[in-house]
Amino acid sequence: MALRPDLAIIADAVPAASRVLDVGCGDGELMVALRNKGVDARGLEIDAANVTAAIARGQSVVQGDANRDLADYPDDAFDYAILSQTLQTTERPDRVVDELLRIAPRAFVSFPNFAHWRIRLALLWGGRMPVTRLLPVAWYETPNIHHVTVSDFRDLVRDKGIAVERVWHLSGDRPTSDAAASWRAEHAIFLISR
Amino acid sequence: MASLLHDIQHDSVTIPVPLPLDSGQVLGSVTIAWQSYGALNADKSNAVLICHALTGDQYVASDHPATGKPGWWARMVGPGKPIDTDRFHVICANVLGSCMGTSGPASPDAATGAPLGMAFPVITITDMVRAQAMLLDHLGIARLHAVVGGSMGGMQTLAWAATYPERLGSALVIASAARHSAQNIAFHEVGRQAIMADPDWQDGQYYGSARAPTKGLAVARMAAHITYLSEEGLTEKFGRRLQARDIKSFGFDADFQIESYLRHQGLAFTDRFDANAYLYITRAMDYFDLADPHDGRLAGAFAGSKDVRFTLVSFDTDWLYPTSESRRVVQALQSVGAAASFVELSAPFGHDSFLLDVPALDRLVAGALGSGF
Repeated sequence: MALRPDLAIIADAVPAASRVLDVGCGDGELMVALRNKGVDARGLEIDAANVTAAIARGQSVVQGDANRDLADYPDDAFDYAILSQTLQTTERPDRVVDELLRIAPRAFVSFPNFAHWRIRLALLWGGRMPVTRLLPVAWYETPNIHHVTVSDFRDLVRDKGIAVERVWHLSGDRPTSDAAASWRAEHAIFLISR
Repeated sequence: MASLLHDIQHDSVTIPVPLPLDSGQVLGSVTIAWQSYGALNADKSNAVLICHALTGDQYVASDHPATGKPGWWARMVGPGKPIDTDRFHVICANVLGSCMGTSGPASPDAATGAPLGMAFPVITITDMVRAQAMLLDHLGIARLHAVVGGSMGGMQTLAWAATYPERLGSALVIASAARHSAQNIAFHEVGRQAIMADPDWQDGQYYGSARAPTKGLAVARMAAHITYLSEEGLTEKFGRRLQARDIKSFGFDADFQIESYLRHQGLAFTDRFDANAYLYITRAMDYFDLADPHDGRLAGAFAGSKDVRFTLVSFDTDWLYPTSESRRVVQALQSVGAAASFVELSAPFGHDSFLLDVPALDRLVAGALGSGF
């Protein structure tokens, strides 16, 4: 099965032989791709069924909560931390970003852009919280408790003095230009560093 | 029954090498009884050591010689099973201090030939592991593909990773802990006192006499058995239902099904276990604390273990070795950079879940032993 496009970009960008922690690794799909290119990948995942599936695939995954359990990893334990499509579900995204860059000098962070034009239009014309392909759950039961836009994330990392090394914007699972990405990107992947 | 138990012949080897113990005493030679399943490959790289629990034995996947019942982990070990004997050479040795053929309190004194009884030295979990390493040396197996164990078997597995990290590829630790808690010690002490309060215990010198402390041992087993189950499981299985009667007797017979069940469990246990062995092994578990030699820092125990792949599993209804104890081990492993996996599985059977039908555990065990790494 083909990797989700944002995961494929991350899998491609991580150098072989590096040490990686995939935070919110699900059933280990990205870890398998990383392992296949010689990356020492470990995972953290909250859902027991996902953890079981990942371990059954031979991956090293610890059941835990990104809000609390990143604290158990030593400083610089990894070369890269990965947080894909999970930032908007955390209790304090700012603190999670701090933790990612404590345990690794670099981190990939990907999230759905809440300022995508379809979401803006849905809110403008519909007057209701948008339900989209990437954010498919109604407001009252969504795990996405901190919606974030590309511009919001840029502001956060600027305020924290974090460097943005590279950004990928995706629309309809295809790369889209950085121009007007705030409107046009359905989701974004940031490679950030201390 | 104790004499019948000791009449059983087990496959064993006596290794004439002294075994220095944690207590400072030395065993002059060690007899180890073991079973194996599946073929050892040419380069001896497919050996998996299974470590058994307190009252377990080496008969993992073969009928028990005293009870005739199937092996205690026959559902997990065999051809095509999660621990696949078509791929792995599975070894399980009866632990030091036990009563199924390995050196223990029923073993003869080298000088007099009489059973040692309480003259057998107190042993530790790490002493058990050292004896297993002696067996592997004898078999010419330098390195294990994996060490696997549940409960006290998990303690041995952790002790393996701490003591001989270069001798194992992975460690699979199920429903276990890196130390015995005050509550764990307390329950064991109740069991030991029940045995030693039985007049038939005779200060441990009951071998060869017509009396053995079966009542005390049965009570010890009854108390321990409760700790292996969950309240939910007990309620579901027995509730307040009466045993083979419609009304309460207003006496002290086993009115309730749970009483009858425990009495049966206690009595049946005395057919297959030696009271002194129960004293020694529970003591070894109580002394177990891997952090102790490292100023209380558990990470210190795993300083050399970062190349071992660990998988830890706990069960949500296990209050004897709760999830928090597994998490403590995982935190220590993460702090030394070891590859560690951990999951808490949901199962209704309490601590005994590791022996019972939990399909997610089967997938985990197969994955943790898989060739993916």
